Formats: sequence, C-alpha cells, structure tokens
Amino acid sequence: MHRVWAIIERDLRRFRRSPVLVVMSVVMPLVQLVILGYAFGGKIKHLQVGVVDEDHRVPAIKMREMFQAVAANAETFTPVMYSDKGAAMHDLRNGKINGVLDIPPEFSRKVLAGANPRVALIEDNTDQFSSSALEGTMSAMLPAYDSPAVAPRMTAAATLSVVEVYPYVPYIQYLLPGTIVLAIFVSAMIGGGIIFIDDKARGLHEGYLVTPIRKFELILGFTFAGAIKAIIAGVVLITVGSIIAGIPDPLNPLRILRMLLLVVAVSLALISMMFLLMVRVNDPLVPRAVFGMLNTVLYFPSGAVYPTESFPSWMKAITVVDPFTYAVHGFKQLVLKNTGLMAISGDLAFLFIFTIICMSLATVLFRRTL
Amino acid sequence: MADIEVQDLAKRFGDFVAVDSLNFSVEHGEVFGLLGPNGAGKSTLIRMLTTLVPPTSGTARVNGFDIVRQANDVRQCIGVIPQAMTSDQDLSAVENMTIFAKLYGIPREKRERTIKSLLRDVDLVQWADKPVKMFSGGMRRRLEIARGLVHEPNIFFLDEPTTGLDPVSRVAVWEMLAKLKRERDLTILVTTHYMDEADKLCDRIAIVDHGKLVALDSPLKLKASIPGKNILEVSFQNAPPDWLKTLEALPEVAGVKAEDNIFRLSSNNGPRTTVALIEASRAAGATVASLSVQSTTLDDVFVHYTGHQMRDALQAPDVANSPFIMKR
Repeated sequence: MHRVWAIIERDLRRFRRSPVLVVMSVVMPLVQLVILGYAFGGKIKHLQVGVVDEDHRVPAIKMREMFQAVAANAETFTPVMYSDKGAAMHDLRNGKINGVLDIPPEFSRKVLAGANPRVALIEDNTDQFSSSALEGTMSAMLPAYDSPAVAPRMTAAATLSVVEVYPYVPYIQYLLPGTIVLAIFVSAMIGGGIIFIDDKARGLHEGYLVTPIRKFELILGFTFAGAIKAIIAGVVLITVGSIIAGIPDPLNPLRILRMLLLVVAVSLALISMMFLLMVRVNDPLVPRAVFGMLNTVLYFPSGAVYPTESFPSWMKAITVVDPFTYAVHGFKQLVLKNTGLMAISGDLAFLFIFTIICMSLATVLFRRTL
Repeated sequence: MADIEVQDLAKRFGDFVAVDSLNFSVEHGEVFGLLGPNGAGKSTLIRMLTTLVPPTSGTARVNGFDIVRQANDVRQCIGVIPQAMTSDQDLSAVENMTIFAKLYGIPREKRERTIKSLLRDVDLVQWADKPVKMFSGGMRRRLEIARGLVHEPNIFFLDEPTTGLDPVSRVAVWEMLAKLKRERDLTILVTTHYMDEADKLCDRIAIVDHGKLVALDSPLKLKASIPGKNILEVSFQNAPPDWLKTLEALPEVAGVKAEDNIFRLSSNNGPRTTVALIEASRAAGATVASLSVQSTTLDDVFVHYTGHQMRDALQAPDVANSPFIMKR
C-alpha cells in the first residue's frame, strides 16, 4: 500500500503546485450551468402575434378582448392588429411576427348557431419552443371563452386537479445534477486522460516501471489520485452550484453527506473508465481529440438536459450502460427531491460495480513494459 | 558469477532487428560501456536488461535473476537512469527522491539519511527544496542519478547520461559517476556515443553497431587491437592514379583506407611515415592539401571494426522510444 500512496502523494503534490487544470474543470461546468440554466430556463414572453378580425361582430370582439386581456396578464405575446389578412401573412413569412390569430368572417354566426365555430392560429413552426408556448396559451384561453356567462353550480364534466409534490423546479436547478457530473467528468478527463498520457509520453512512467511496483498498485494509485481531484471538483460543484441554482437549504449537512458519497462513487467510476479507455494509448493527442466526443456520447444521453423517455431506442441503449445516467439520476434525487440513500441505492450499486469492472479490465490491459 | 550475463539476447520490432543475438557478461564492480551510434540498439538492450522491454529471444540474468521470469527481483536490485529526463519538474529534488524511496519501501529514517547523503554526493544540497523546473540540464541529470541510487542498488544502468548536456556539465556528470563508483559497491552499465568519455571511464567497452556486438575489451586493448599506433589522415591535389599502392608501400604503414580524396594511414611510427609521405608526394608531383597525425583513438577502433565513422552511422528510427509505433 505504501507504493500506492507514493503515487497518490506525487500527484497531489503536483496538483497543489498547479491547480489551474482542476480550477478549470470546476469553472467550465459552472459557466455552463449559469449560461444554459438562464438561456433555457426562462418563460417565453412578448411573442408578436398578429390579430386579423374578418368578422367584426360581438362574439369576435369578445374573442379579441379576451386575447388582449391574456396578453396583458401573461405577457406571453403582444397582439398586433391587422385589418388585412394578406399583410399579416406577409409579415409572418418575413419573421416580423411569430403568429397570426385569424377570426374568420362566419365566426359570430357559427357561435350563435352553435355550429362548430373555429379561429385559426397560424404560427411560425420553425421555432418549436415559441410555437408550443403560443399553442399552450391559446388552448388555455379557449375553454374560458366557451364557458357560459353563468356557470352551473354542479357539472358532470371531469376536471383535472394537479398537485405538485415538490416546489417549482426552474431549469437551472434541473441542470445542476448533470453539471455536477460534468465537473467530475472534466476533472477525470484531465487527470485520467490528458495528464496520464502526457506523463507517459514524457517518460515519467518509465521511472515507475523500473521500480518493483505491481500493475494493480499502479492502477490503484493512478485511480485514487485522479479520483481525489475529481472529488474536490464535485464537492465545489455541490456547494457552489447549489447556491447559484437556488436549491433550498443548500448546506444541509445530511444532504451534503449523501451527496459526498455519490460524488465519491461517480468520481471512482468515471476515473476508472477513463483509465480503461486510455490504458493502451501513447499519443498525447488522443485524449484531447476524444474529449468532445466522449462528452457528447456520455452527457446528453444521460437525461441531464432532457428526459430519457423521449429518446429513440438506440439512444436508450446508450443510456442503460452510461455511468452518467446513474450519476445524474442519483444527483436528481438528492438535489431536487432531497431523498435518502435508499432512493439512490441502485445508482450507487451500478457505479461501484462499474468501477470494479473498469479497474479490473484496466489492470489486465495495462502493460508493465514499454 | 557475473553481475550481468547476456546470452543470445535479441529484440525485433516487426522486420527491424534492434538487437541481434548479443552475448557478453559484466563482472562485479566493473564500469561497462556500450558504445555505438544512435539506432545501434544500445537503448533497446538496456531496456531489456531493466525489464522495460521483453526480449524476442535469448535470455539475460541480472544479479542472478532472470530478466523475464524474475523481473520483480531484478527491479529490486537495479538503479536505472533512462535516456529521457524523468524527474517531475513540479516537485523539488527532495520530493522526487522521497517518492521513489517510498516506491522501494525504504523506511523514513533511512530514507531521510540516504537522500541527504546522495544530494551531498551530487552537489545539490543547496537546491534540495527547489522545484526541478529551476534546474539546468546537468543538475537534473545529477538529481536523476541520485534518485536512481536512493534504494542503494548493486547494479546501476545509465542510458546516455550526458546526451544533450554542455561540455562542462558532461565532465561534472562523469566525475560524479566516478566518485560514486569509488565510494559505493556498484556495477555500472552505461551507454554512450561519446568516445572520449567511454575511453576515460569504462573498464571495458562493447562496441555495438546495427544491433550486433562488433568488439569487446578494455579501451587500451581495443586500441592495441587495430594495426598501427598512429593514424595519418591526409588529402591530396593531383594525386596519380596508382597513389594508393604508393601509400601502402611507405615505411611503417600497416594499412590504408581511402574514402573520396581522404586517405587514412595506420602507422607504427607516425613521424617516420609522415616524412616519407611528404617526400613521396614531392617526387610524384602531388600536393598535400591537408594532413593530421594523431594517436589511435576509440574513433579509429570504431572505424576499424564497423567500416564507417560513428557520425556516418545510419540514423535509424528509435523504434523503442517512439510512442507512435505499435510495439510487441
């Protein structure tokens, strides 16, 4: 064990002298958290919607007034009145407005006759986020328009009551679990990938190989040394990230302890995976070249930015074996729901088994010679 | 029993034969030099002996241990200074040595005592706590030599310890090695392509070329083994066509080699041959363009045994060192 500790000691002494890389591995995910969190997290407001009233009678006026009232309150859109439908469509196609609400000439007559009256929302569907927001607001407005002036006290129509178990989760909080895992990954990539191969290319490993150290001791030393740096990055993220994202009670000691356990499991899993991937690599360009690809292949299929339920089956297959998936799931439980360890026991089990498999394979593949 | 015994040791990288069935032994306490140009197979040989590269065929025993079957026993009793500078530049001299002492499991008290003594031996005491990135090339090499001795090995391997150093640092490194050798019970195997260093410091020298052992003996005996005590290197203008025969017939000449317009005459009596050479040139109407007379050196030994100058040797790719070539 003294040899394993010698390798860890060397790495940590170097880290203490030049912590720039680990600082970078923390700063990059934090910047991503803030930028992505605020870029995607906000509600869409002030979409320009043209209103064309081709009817001009009372039901149509009531529709326009309700539209303006919703616009004034929700601020999702701003109505722009058009007298000519052609002009509105021209502006829609030229991107001046995001949609057109068209009240057709026969609208009032059909309302009064109860003959399926319809209004049309013609939208710019190249931007799905904006068009979904418009559709949602309009769909919510129409039942209010259709309701009778005097509502009956009892009704046979079924309604849905939504009860939210947890407080509102802004997107920046939704992103935080993935960001913590990303920080650990970047640290593992630097420690287990870039520095490991650079040291090998500079001949530092040759110095180790002429000593009586065993293969497993070397792998164990490299893994623990890398994991310690990744754990430091993870700890910074679970505290600083939680404060930035506005997680309630971010410094709760019990929650931090549980998160720390998960940070250790994730760090060991990712660093051992990195050693397995790099165990036969000698070219210092390789870890730099695969960094972006690995990041994409592991981070996005994990559910860190979008629910995995929406993925095609081939991507779900990646999700199943991706250690990020279990890491992100575990952090979501702890960060967003403040659950106990039972809720993440499956994630912890996967991550520890994954670590053992990666380290065993890396030890088998590691060459004790040049 | 010899400290190092090499039997039919060979290494191939694909079709390239880096080391071709070498046989030699190094006795206890010897300073044994492997002399040869870049690509001769010296580094591959030292890497096989230090368990870094598995041999393709043959065997070797270091301190009585087989380099393949008892590799860990070999590692325990050898010190190795690879060609590349492998000290960690972010750490201090003491830290570098401490990490390696720990890798060998040396207890703290002994570790501290040994490190202090070694740093004194290599004249780095005042630099002990400074980061290695502040060191010059010569200082780094001295530190690496100290680091290689931190576990008090019996056998010390050094792969081109002075390559890349300025002349002053080279002398300092060799003087330090000689001192360490005097004070410790060490067998040293060192590779170099500097003839003068090998001549001064090695008890015996093996000349290696294209992976083969072409000569092996003490520097004195190697020099005595080639014809002549002096070498005359001479070039002419207007030399007649049968000039080579005339030169061979000069008094005391043991042999002549011609390369372009340069003639190398091995002579048993340099001054006498020189006088005769001048007279013969005048008589034949040839003008001496340049002339040098010197005692036989290891350079001449190398030329004699390999047929070419050290500097002309093929600069073969350093297959064993390249990180970009797949190895077996």
